[in-house]
Amino acid sequence: MGIIKAKQLVHEYIRRDEEGNVESIQTALDHIDLDVQPGQFIAILGHNGSGKSTLAKHINALLAPTEGSLWVDGKDVTQEENILPVRKTAGMVFQNPDNQIIASVVEEDVGFGPENIGVPTDEIWQRVEESLKSVGMLQYRHHSPNKLSGGQKQRVAIAGVMAMEPKCIVLDEPTAMLDPNGRKEVLHAAHELNQKKGVTILLITHYMEEVVDADYVYVMDKGHVVMQGTPREIFSQVGTLKEHGLDVPQITLLADLLRQSGLDIPLGVLTREELVDAIMKIAG
Amino acid sequence: MSLILDKINYVYSEGTAYQIQALKDVNLEIRDGQFIGVIGHTGSGKSTLIQHLNGLVKATSGTIYFNGQDIYDEDFDLRELRNRVGLVFQYPEHQLFETTIFDDVSFGPKNQGLSKEEAGLRAFEALRSVGLPEELYYQSPFDLSGGQKRRVAIAGVLAMKPEVLILDEPTAGLDPAGRDEILDLVARMHKEKGITVILVSHSMEDVAKYVERIIVMNHGQVMFDNTPCEVFKHYKELEQIGLAAPQVTYLMHELKEKGLNVNTEATTVAEARESLLEVLLGREPNHRGSNLEEENLC
Repeated sequence: MGIIKAKQLVHEYIRRDEEGNVESIQTALDHIDLDVQPGQFIAILGHNGSGKSTLAKHINALLAPTEGSLWVDGKDVTQEENILPVRKTAGMVFQNPDNQIIASVVEEDVGFGPENIGVPTDEIWQRVEESLKSVGMLQYRHHSPNKLSGGQKQRVAIAGVMAMEPKCIVLDEPTAMLDPNGRKEVLHAAHELNQKKGVTILLITHYMEEVVDADYVYVMDKGHVVMQGTPREIFSQVGTLKEHGLDVPQITLLADLLRQSGLDIPLGVLTREELVDAIMKIAG
Repeated sequence: MSLILDKINYVYSEGTAYQIQALKDVNLEIRDGQFIGVIGHTGSGKSTLIQHLNGLVKATSGTIYFNGQDIYDEDFDLRELRNRVGLVFQYPEHQLFETTIFDDVSFGPKNQGLSKEEAGLRAFEALRSVGLPEELYYQSPFDLSGGQKRRVAIAGVLAMKPEVLILDEPTAGLDPAGRDEILDLVARMHKEKGITVILVSHSMEDVAKYVERIIVMNHGQVMFDNTPCEVFKHYKELEQIGLAAPQVTYLMHELKEKGLNVNTEATTVAEARESLLEVLLGREPNHRGSNLEEENLC
């Protein structure tokens, strides 16, 4: 079984009036199936309101399924006794770095999690050092977090999750509030953790550029998984992506337009190098 | 109607250990009806710059002229300036506070001293122009989606009928559909009402697509101030200051290096496509896709 497995997962947000009568029901997740293998780098794409974040909160047992089942590392998230183990298995990083940092010194912030679950002091420091190193922030360990840039703060937040030694990290739009440099830093850190430490990564985003290097991509819309496949398979369907409110990177869009104009360009071009090669081949 | 910045300097926390010069000898002229993009990496002085334009921060030295009048003059009416130069901050939806969307949007004009009826008319007009469905007008702004909230916040500024609209990263955190919604709205305001627009952005692709003039900020100074194609010619320098040209510009440069005679000034997908079709198929330059007509051409 994969590290995250969802079977016919449904989540409904129910709004009630003051007397507790149901006012409206919104289905945020509509029979989702998901199977993530350990060590994979998974991207979940979708526009605002497509259900991505609702799904993410299930993986961390912050929300419970209305119907269907979800197992994280083999544990059923609906069982009360599994909630803490599940949260230790799957760490979560949110969008706004300022909402996730609580201590006034970087290393104390990173050590907060392990301290909270009763890790011995020596081991806490070891974990703090290790996780700061893994996101490239070790030289800032004695700094105050509020003097850091957005990308640096977000990497501290990731280090804080790493210090809990999770098998899996869910990043919920971790770059949405960052500038291009910060975005690069955070993505780089996520890929490093995936490759060097073998942590399973679930990256939730609406920036298409960020999913190019993922192993597998799920596209969500209106609570459904509407497309899934490798980045190349996904990006070869420019029209379908647009229907789901998503954009493709400039390079992929250009390649698609050129192909429509009758040029012999392969489907699903992802990188500049590929497009340069394809064009040079045509030019002879 | 124009804004002129003359040798503007701004220093944060002057005389303390945290002293930072955020703006250094900035000279700019912002003419009526322009669509301007301001780019620069975090901390380059973009936000400080735009907060000078409606007198929210006062320059440490230098002068700003609004229609020829010095805004730092004692008898200059700063209130009037703020009525005419509207500023939409980053994450403007955090500033929504009223119980209904309609009240929130009419707060600005009411504050300007307009009567309740007039303010209401302004709010209707502004909400209609941002394309918010009418059945939502009397609902709480907090139940809206992120993109809708932001449109309401922008409507709140539009209701004050500014002549200059300044937006600080209006698309940050929005998905592609929300981003297009906001940028198309701004472009429409510019086109239909002739409003001067100043757009602060991190996205080179967006800037290249919409604006006619780019101001590049670096370490508090104006590094470039020109049309998109001219500015993006300096893509190597832009990289050194933590920015980048649009992806297609790089592509065109790489093709040129390999000996293909393409237009390296292309900054949008439409321009790149046109140049490539011309080179590869020998097509006439004017043949363009109908879905791309809105983009600027060099």
